Amino acid sequence: MTPAQEAATRIEAGGSEPAGAQAHLAPPRPAVGGPPPHVGAGAAEQEQPKLQVRCLKAWYGQTLALKGVDLLVPPRSVMAAIGPSGCGKSTFLRCLNRMHELIPGARAEGTLLLDGEDLLGRQVDPVVLRRRVGMVFQRPNPFPTMSVRDNVAAGLKLNGIKGNHQEIVERTLRQAALWDEVKDRLDESALGLSGGQQQRLCIARALAVQPEVLLMDEPASALDPIATAKVEDLIHELKEHYTIVIVTHNMQQAARVSDRTAFFYMGELVEVGATEKIFTNPDKPQTNDYVTGKFG
Amino acid sequence: MKSLRWRKFVDLFWTGASGAGVVLALVPLLSLLWLVVSQGVANLSFSFFTNLPAPVGEPGGGVGNGIVGTLLLVAIASAIALPVGIGAGVFLAEKGDGRAGDVIRFVTEVLSGVPSIVVGIVAYGLVVERMKRFSALAGGLALALLMVPTLARSTEEFVRLVPGALREASLALGVPKWKTSLRVVLRTAAAGIITAVLLAVARAAGETAPLLFTSLNNQYWNLQPDQPTASLTVQIFNYAISPYEDWHHKAWTAALVLLLLVGLLNMLARILSRNRMEGAR
Repeated sequence: MTPAQEAATRIEAGGSEPAGAQAHLAPPRPAVGGPPPHVGAGAAEQEQPKLQVRCLKAWYGQTLALKGVDLLVPPRSVMAAIGPSGCGKSTFLRCLNRMHELIPGARAEGTLLLDGEDLLGRQVDPVVLRRRVGMVFQRPNPFPTMSVRDNVAAGLKLNGIKGNHQEIVERTLRQAALWDEVKDRLDESALGLSGGQQQRLCIARALAVQPEVLLMDEPASALDPIATAKVEDLIHELKEHYTIVIVTHNMQQAARVSDRTAFFYMGELVEVGATEKIFTNPDKPQTNDYVTGKFG
Repeated sequence: MKSLRWRKFVDLFWTGASGAGVVLALVPLLSLLWLVVSQGVANLSFSFFTNLPAPVGEPGGGVGNGIVGTLLLVAIASAIALPVGIGAGVFLAEKGDGRAGDVIRFVTEVLSGVPSIVVGIVAYGLVVERMKRFSALAGGLALALLMVPTLARSTEEFVRLVPGALREASLALGVPKWKTSLRVVLRTAAAGIITAVLLAVARAAGETAPLLFTSLNNQYWNLQPDQPTASLTVQIFNYAISPYEDWHHKAWTAALVLLLLVGLLNMLARILSRNRMEGAR
């Protein structure tokens, strides 16, 4: 056990957890598709969380945008982050693969463990980390000068990863439920695809570098309802292999796709717990007001 | 409210005025083209493109060595200016918000304002004096110094046009920043930068002053960078200031050849930038 893991366990065992973090210590709701065979009832407690976030603070210059967030993301599950605009949920997401610090003047502090490994440490190369924690953005952003095929293989090519790219392209496009639609136009420009197809292409591109965690920043907000449904179906399938954190403005979407939901407000994590509970019987009145549409 | 008739009159007046402005602007351009073509076309023949200059009074002769020399000079200039200019442009766009960026931007601005003859003197001092010989290298360096500021500027503009979302997409795939700049951002901006390069090359090909005391001239074929080299522009200059009627005709023809060369480059730039527009749609 690494010192970091030990520390994390100690915090969980002791009663010194900051308020609001208690709820997520409950065993995660079993995944919809059934839990992985080796995880029996109650075993989820022993299973190490994929991501552990402790006292995460993030700044933009002098502005404190995240005021100390604590939460756990179990492996092979979907965690949704909801909250009104400017509540810090996107900042939170961008801290998880250290995209946050790319903004001039922005910095983050706290503990962020992926499989017990500290991610914010000085010796951690954010470039290597980003291959383990992939990201899909709000607007589809395929590379305009590349073909469909090259877009999917972009991460492999640009990182100089050798191997059977053709096979990986086909596999990830199938994973992204896009293969049947694009298999005859792999060499055409990615800009010829529809918005929904472009977004699934971007998901395939993120999957091709074989990340462990997939971050999605409002992945369907620029898409029509049909394309949105396809992306949501895709999230359901992907969580069998990946740990997913999704930011969304759409509460129905959060309810549909996620196992656990975190509610952010004014840079603070107000409440996190099983999605069902957050949407039907939350602990905090603020959460209740938000999910019932009283504000935000 | 003015009457409809009055407004129609004002509209007509200003439409006419701007139309007249267009005609006025086109007159010098068209007359220049007409002059060069009408004076130069008489001597234009295949041998004019391939032969060496002939002595006074001898029929035939061409500017073949001048064409080759101009191409050689432009090639040397491009070899120096493209990496420096494009590199500086990428730096300015990607990292140029700090003090270093301000300094570099200021220097490029000053450099682009330096008269070309002064740039020629600089190249003379740097290369010709040390080598004790006029050379294509010195001429190429002078042209490169003229190309760098415009290249840096337009590269910066085109790189800045690349959406930040593409940078993020690449970085999120775990691609290092420098590789993102070179392989994603620069590639996306490539069509625009190629246009800028061709325009800079066309401008350099038309320079005379910085070549007069750097590459000088040469009556014969030359492909060696350390030797004096003929160029179309200096050839035109020499023909034009000579007292011979025959050479004056040749100056016009050589000017026509230069015009065709530069026009060709401009046209190529147009076609490339149009393709880029279509690619973006």
